[in-house]
Amino acid sequence: MVIEPQRSLLDLRLGELWRYRDLVMLFVRRDFVSVYKQTILGPLWYLIQPLLTTITFTVIFGNIARLPTDGLPQFLFYMSGTVIWTYFAECLTKTSNTFVNNANLFGKVYFPRMAVPVSILISNLITFAIQFAFFLVFMLFFALGGAQVRPNAWVFFSPVLLLMMAGLGLGFGIIISSLTTKYRDLRFLVQFGVQLLMYATPVIYPSSSIPERFQTLIKLNPMTPVVETFRFAFLGAGSVHPLDLLYSFGFMIVIVLIGAVMFNRVEATFMDTV
Amino acid sequence: MPTVISVENLSKAYRLGQIGTGTLTRDLSVWWAKLRGKPNPMLKIGEKDHGNRDGETLWALKDVSFSLEQGEVLGIIGRNGAGKSTLLKVLSRVTAPTSGRVRAKGRIASLLEVGTGFHPELTGRENVYLNGAILGMTREEVNRKFDEIVDFSGVEQFIDTPVKRYSSGMYVRLAFAVAAHLEPEILLVDEVLAVGDAEFQKKCLGKMGEVAKEGRTVLFVSHNMGAIEALCPRSIMLSSGKVIQDGPSKKTIETYLKTADSIQIEDLAKRSDRKGLGDIRLKEFYVSTDGKTSTEILMTGQPAYFIFRIEPPRIGTSCRFTILDPRRTAVVHFNSSISTAEDEITNNPRGTFICKLDKLLLSPGNFTVNVLISEKSITQDHIENALAFRVEAGQSDGRVTSKSSGYGLVIFPHKWIVKD
Repeated sequence: MVIEPQRSLLDLRLGELWRYRDLVMLFVRRDFVSVYKQTILGPLWYLIQPLLTTITFTVIFGNIARLPTDGLPQFLFYMSGTVIWTYFAECLTKTSNTFVNNANLFGKVYFPRMAVPVSILISNLITFAIQFAFFLVFMLFFALGGAQVRPNAWVFFSPVLLLMMAGLGLGFGIIISSLTTKYRDLRFLVQFGVQLLMYATPVIYPSSSIPERFQTLIKLNPMTPVVETFRFAFLGAGSVHPLDLLYSFGFMIVIVLIGAVMFNRVEATFMDTV
Repeated sequence: MPTVISVENLSKAYRLGQIGTGTLTRDLSVWWAKLRGKPNPMLKIGEKDHGNRDGETLWALKDVSFSLEQGEVLGIIGRNGAGKSTLLKVLSRVTAPTSGRVRAKGRIASLLEVGTGFHPELTGRENVYLNGAILGMTREEVNRKFDEIVDFSGVEQFIDTPVKRYSSGMYVRLAFAVAAHLEPEILLVDEVLAVGDAEFQKKCLGKMGEVAKEGRTVLFVSHNMGAIEALCPRSIMLSSGKVIQDGPSKKTIETYLKTADSIQIEDLAKRSDRKGLGDIRLKEFYVSTDGKTSTEILMTGQPAYFIFRIEPPRIGTSCRFTILDPRRTAVVHFNSSISTAEDEITNNPRGTFICKLDKLLLSPGNFTVNVLISEKSITQDHIENALAFRVEAGQSDGRVTSKSSGYGLVIFPHKWIVKD
């Protein structure tokens, strides 16, 4: 083994990360076990959170603001949006704190730093699975009640959509985490930025309700096709544009690469700045 | 024996000054430069005057080179800020060097601080696995050693209790047990031996010796000269980021004890706060480990000399001095006029007083000395805080003395008789 000042930009040492896979899984376990310790409702919070958000959205955007929902039951429309968006948002916000939150640990011992964001993606994926199953239960309930719900073949495309969301969240997250080692201000902007991005994504409204002149703008947002396609796959309303999906996918690849390079660069010396 | 680790011209610079330039645009351009060029580490706060500044840059390590063969145990000593911890940080890959390189064969593991990554909500068992993985063990490795680790820690009863309910002693024991069973080819140890009770410390020292016997290489950073001497045949001394000496520990420790950063005491000649008649003045006063060279550092259990020179020499003068602790409590008093047959006192005019201690029985810490020179019971010169010196941990009758304060100021020769 050689310790040198400089690594090449693209030497991401993924092999090393693979050797530490046990650590990644233990981090996942740790996050899981510790989050709801000493709470009365415990793991039930995984279900309560999306439920409360969905109810809030249904009341505010559905009943008060009367935003259209592509003819879907409001509850299902908002719940699908919430569950999907939460995965992306959680991946982004949690990975964006990688360096700052783990400064103590990183300062003592070496392991591939990427293990932390990767473990965050995985533990969020488990949360997503739980919440999504919850959503499916509601979907079934509404379908039995005679609502217009038409899952279709695009369902099988959802793993790719998940990968895209994970990639986008990770990419943005690690870019921000690399920058926050120096500019702490960014931490405060993240919450706000994610919130803002949500309103620029068809989460609480269908993209069909957007006036023609804003369509290009909303399609520049790489999350738009992901959310739209997901909703189309399971609920059968909205639209799918393969080209837009391809754009998002390309965007994801680029952002992950930029993020990985920056992260790699920062991890070598960030202990001196934090 | 093959070389397992070689450090070649290793340097590490910290830039001093403000973090950032204040404006985002300029910072962005700097950041671009950093992205394209070398990583440019910024600022480390604190740590004054190491004498190794170069403009705005502080060289925490400068051209450090050494190599170790398999099974060697190397002691690393030096003052605070000499670069010891930075060296271990670079070796453990916590931070990257600025230039130079390290080649190592096998896994390097550090005990920079035990218990790294312990999560209070998790049980002892879960933390063993987590901590093991953080330190670089695979799940199978931990599985294999689990019983041994728990045995070593002595907390088997509580292994399924969240560690937040542990006493701090149990916590440290469990953490060290994991680290001690890492079995890396190269082990870095930094002062961890200071934690835990005496019995546990002994266990740790034993483990380190064992590790070395198994053919592993150990780098041991400590302020405890006793432990260094006992464990490491070879030592290097760092000062201002450079290797000052590399050789047998005995020699290196000697150098270390001689070259010390001064404890701030005003020059004797400039002192205006002296009392007494003043016909006779103390001109020179120093402590020494060998009776010749001056030092500011003495070692527990080792010889110590207190050497006074007065002018002009006169018949019938005597020297008294008191050693005080930092709280200004008198610890011990010496008086040349209360003599025994063993003293060698001239009846001619007396110019130099040497008080020789075969074994300094002071605990590690800082001390100051008040001196009083009198002639036929008339005080000629009385100086408070004439000198400050430090006592470093050493061995007394084979017992390694504790570096931590709060365990008293003096050490007595003793033996234990423990019966069943």
